[in-house]
Amino acid sequence: MTELTLVQAVNRGLAEAMRQDPDVLLLGEDIGTNGGVFRATEGLQKEFGAERVIDTPLSECGIVGTAIGMALYGLKPVAEIQFLDFIYPAFDQIVSELSKFRYRSGGQYPCHVVVRAPYGGGIRGGLYHSQSTEAFFCHTAGLKVVIPSTPADAKGLLLTAIHDEDPVMFLEPKRIYRSITGEVPDGDYRIPFGKARVAREGTDLTLVAYGAMMVPTLAAAERLAQDGLQAEVLDLRTLVPLDEATLLASVEKTGRLVIVHEAARTAGFGAEIAAIVAEKALYSLKAPIVRVTGYDTPFPYALEHLYLPSEERIVEAARGVGRTG
Amino acid sequence: MVLARALDERCLSLQRQGRIGFYVPLEGQEAAQVGCALALDPKDWIFPAYRELGVALARGVTLPELLDQFIGNSGDRLKGRQMPNHYGYRAQNFVVASSPLGTQIPQAVGAALAARRRGDPIVTVAFFGDGSTSTNDFHAGLNFAGVFRSPTIFFCQNNQWAISMPRSRQTMSATLAEKADAYGFRGVVVDGTDLGQVYRTVTEARTRALAGDGPTLIEAQVYRFGPHSTSDDPKRYRSDPEVAEWRRRDPLLRTKEHLMTAGDWTEAKDTALWTEVRGRIAEAWKAAEATSPLPPTSFLDDVFSTPTPQLENQRRELDDLLARKVIHE
Ligand SMILES: Cc1ncc(C[n+]2csc(CCOP(=O)(O)OP(=O)(O)O)c2C)c(N)n1
Ligand SMILES: [Mg+2]
Repeated sequence: MTELTLVQAVNRGLAEAMRQDPDVLLLGEDIGTNGGVFRATEGLQKEFGAERVIDTPLSECGIVGTAIGMALYGLKPVAEIQFLDFIYPAFDQIVSELSKFRYRSGGQYPCHVVVRAPYGGGIRGGLYHSQSTEAFFCHTAGLKVVIPSTPADAKGLLLTAIHDEDPVMFLEPKRIYRSITGEVPDGDYRIPFGKARVAREGTDLTLVAYGAMMVPTLAAAERLAQDGLQAEVLDLRTLVPLDEATLLASVEKTGRLVIVHEAARTAGFGAEIAAIVAEKALYSLKAPIVRVTGYDTPFPYALEHLYLPSEERIVEAARGVGRTG
Repeated sequence: MVLARALDERCLSLQRQGRIGFYVPLEGQEAAQVGCALALDPKDWIFPAYRELGVALARGVTLPELLDQFIGNSGDRLKGRQMPNHYGYRAQNFVVASSPLGTQIPQAVGAALAARRRGDPIVTVAFFGDGSTSTNDFHAGLNFAGVFRSPTIFFCQNNQWAISMPRSRQTMSATLAEKADAYGFRGVVVDGTDLGQVYRTVTEARTRALAGDGPTLIEAQVYRFGPHSTSDDPKRYRSDPEVAEWRRRDPLLRTKEHLMTAGDWTEAKDTALWTEVRGRIAEAWKAAEATSPLPPTSFLDDVFSTPTPQLENQRRELDDLLARKVIHE
């Protein structure tokens, strides 16, 4: 075990995978000499060489397209997109190509690329260094979507991603890259996809979140406990595949559900969670489902503190739900 | 140029003091930017990236306009929507910048075609860096410009670096300007530290564009003296001697020396100019800092011309949370 930040855990996960398997290599902008703008790949070019930690020209389309070709040939590329906000030049490669190779070839051409990207707000990054657009990828059949919220999960999920057989969007909540530390197992450590983490047990209501939103959500749960409301907090960890069993079991126990995400509300991933609960656990609900989310606006710069769900907004929503029914 | 340099210095120090959140310096690129801007007509449309402070100032964007944007206060014409340096001012035909690189390049082509269709004798100018020549949008934009012979100037400031990536790792082409050949129009390399050379080159490109002789790709060779942005540490990827070598060609020094030999500029006048400019900046900063913050729900405006019912509901929710002091401005 080693005490690490989340971004260090990503770094250790990449290093571990590269030591295990010479087919693993990295591509991205500023990832080599510079070690990545967030230092996620710090030291890796030194250890593994410029042939495996590849500084590319400035083209996301080039990065992902090239990674796809490498994957078709059997390598295990991990592509870094500097910010999730800059992934769109590669959107065609991801949505039209990466996600569909296995399917459109009847299984002949599996295409396993991991696309890593820091995402999310709270760093005063304005419109283009803050967005949470995980829903686009969840809505694209053929992509797995993974979002860690602790250092240990970052390493464990990343290693699973790199050894998976399908494309994985690995979204890293950059707001908590360095603000939290935790014990991370050394060596090969893997966390299976499709298993939510029960971050806090409770009986009175369920709070569902992922990524950086785990921080205010857990803080809200502590505040609610002072009022005598015991919240169960679920960290989804992988949106695709989604752990419906843990979600439904929790809602069946508590009868109340608050969903938290920083992405805009309309057609955000919260809508999917709410729909599943409505379809499969409606009669367990004692109160309407509530979403605490970003607003249906682009991500603002100066007023981001009002845009982002906060501990206070979550507590308020939970109290409302707790009172009803 | 002096104003741009002095404002740059001030903003870097304001950022270090935590009084603005972020800053992208232009130091080293003043002659390229100002030389280009001065060769244009105020009606020409600018499609900037985020480093074009010299262009903005030369176009008459004011210190209060810029400083209010850097803070994101109630005086900010963009209403606090964007990070510092990502600004735009319709009155100065300075289109609002974004962060995704290269996106402005085909847009400049479209605006030029629209102006031509309307019969307006203007050109459009797309500003971008060496790294941005690797983007899809660069290639799409230049290709369209060639095919439609749009009255566009592609003004590439090759400052030798795209964050940590040197120009040599961006393309195997010997120059960036020669990429224009492949798209069937003219490309030229200029010394971007030479104000006069930039001015003459842009003037010629503009004349040709308006005469129907098509677009020009101009590669202005410059150097970014400072970090990519205040989040960057250039010591990780480039050497001090390289920076020192380029600093000997500091565009401000070159321009000053030129004015002293060819004109009646003196050290005393130069010092007076710096003092005057620093004073103006200090005063403008004081006013900007005293300007009130934005109204808290203003970030919900301008998503659409008329808000959707969903947005209206969200505004009511936010108003209610603020009124009950659940959350605070
Ligand atoms: C599409 C896209 N990818 C990545 C980035 C992140 N990024 C911001 S600036 C930059 C380097 C740009 O270099 P260049 O075009 O030479 O302009 P300069 O910053 O040197 O003026 C990068 C990679 C971005 N803004 N947009
Ligand atoms: Mg550059």
